[in-house]
Amino acid sequence: MTPQEFDWLRAFLKQQSGLVLTNEKQYLIESRLLPVARKAGLASLSALIAKIKEPGQSMLAATVVEAMTTNESFFFRDKTPFEHFTDTMLPKMLEARARERRLRIWCAAASTGQEPYSLAMCLKDAEAKLAGWRVEILGTDLSTDVLEKAKAGVYTQFEVQRGLPINHLLKYFTQIGDTWQINSNMRSMVQYRKLNLLENFSSLGQFDIIFCRNVLIYFDNKTKVEILERMAKMMPADGYLVLGAAETVVGLTDVFRPMTEKRGLYQVGDGTAPGLRSSSLGAVGTAAPIGASRFASFGR
Amino acid sequence: MKNCLVVDDSSVIRKVARRILEDLAFEIVEAEDGAQALDACRKEMPNAILLDWNMPVMDGLEFLAHLRREPGGEKPKVVFCTTENDVGHIAKAMRAGADEYIMKPFDREIVEAKFAEVGLI
Ligand SMILES: C[S@@+](CC[C@H](N)C(=O)[O-])C[C@H]1O[C@@H](n2cnc3c(N)ncnc32)[C@H](O)[C@@H]1O
Repeated sequence: MTPQEFDWLRAFLKQQSGLVLTNEKQYLIESRLLPVARKAGLASLSALIAKIKEPGQSMLAATVVEAMTTNESFFFRDKTPFEHFTDTMLPKMLEARARERRLRIWCAAASTGQEPYSLAMCLKDAEAKLAGWRVEILGTDLSTDVLEKAKAGVYTQFEVQRGLPINHLLKYFTQIGDTWQINSNMRSMVQYRKLNLLENFSSLGQFDIIFCRNVLIYFDNKTKVEILERMAKMMPADGYLVLGAAETVVGLTDVFRPMTEKRGLYQVGDGTAPGLRSSSLGAVGTAAPIGASRFASFGR
Repeated sequence: MKNCLVVDDSSVIRKVARRILEDLAFEIVEAEDGAQALDACRKEMPNAILLDWNMPVMDGLEFLAHLRREPGGEKPKVVFCTTENDVGHIAKAMRAGADEYIMKPFDREIVEAKFAEVGLI
């Protein structure tokens, strides 16, 4: 691969998915794209790059973009966000949405499903308090492959042992040979959809809670700010944004403010503005694209 | 310093487990079967026990039943670590008083995750 080809690829990836490829990460290109080239019957990365420049090669181009994403995820990753979910966000929302009894949650980089399913397990654990509630979890990702895996909900023995308490494995999964599948009642709590965060996502409607973890780290500051500001518009003032352990809004934008003593948790504005409160229900009504049948209804 | 009793009839597994757990700042005592493990516990109750299932003399499940009846035997966090990977075995171990369960093969990340899960690290 020539320096020119490298520069072109770098610009292409940035434009397609936001991925900023630093020079130290150059090695990733070979390990991730050589298999793609080989599968397409191409002899080299140069040939692959030439091919995706041709018109009518959008499938191959998408495969290249997806192959460059990092999809690692674990159940209950970093633990505290899920403790915050159960101990802070959920109790607050149970109170604030007591009238609508409706909650919308978005995992904006859902990858292979561990994050949305961890939330589904938290909700199921709190089932008693959610009688009569309709809770929606939407999981989106750029990559088709990871979404397929997320939908199937089948995990290896290794994957179910990284962060998943054994009691949750027994309670929520079924063993299939050497793999474990999350039960269908849990799968039905989550809806998956392909979505590129660089694109307009306002049609998804309003969300009370957004998990956007370990994806902004791959983008430059301008892209991060732009995405965060669009997300802020989709949240009521008492909604919660959850970022990854290595991510923050501090120094980037003030549309979100970090919550004191709750690491990784952010709220729009001051978190109380009453005028915006009711927006949740209204917006759900307009969020027609999300299949209503995928709402998890508790106690009905 | 916390101590962990590693119970496995394979010296290779004990060695691997020792290396991982020493990095997590545990002091290690080893036992080759349930009977040896019970002796070790009677001398000094450990904070944690990493426990194989199938062993000669006394197996892991039998050891666990004895342990939980010993004075102070409710204290150690017991993490099974076995090739038995079916729901039946896991459920049986949990009912017998295990705190967590590792299905072999395991690696550093799994041991760390499971020990963190039961509050040992
Ligand atoms: C490391 S995973 C994070 C998974 C999960 N949120 C977690 O924290 O464990 C990052 C995911 O972001 C996705 N991703 C990368 N760029 C994206 C984009 N522009 N739009 C949507 N998803 C993207 C990748 O496909 C990948 O699955």
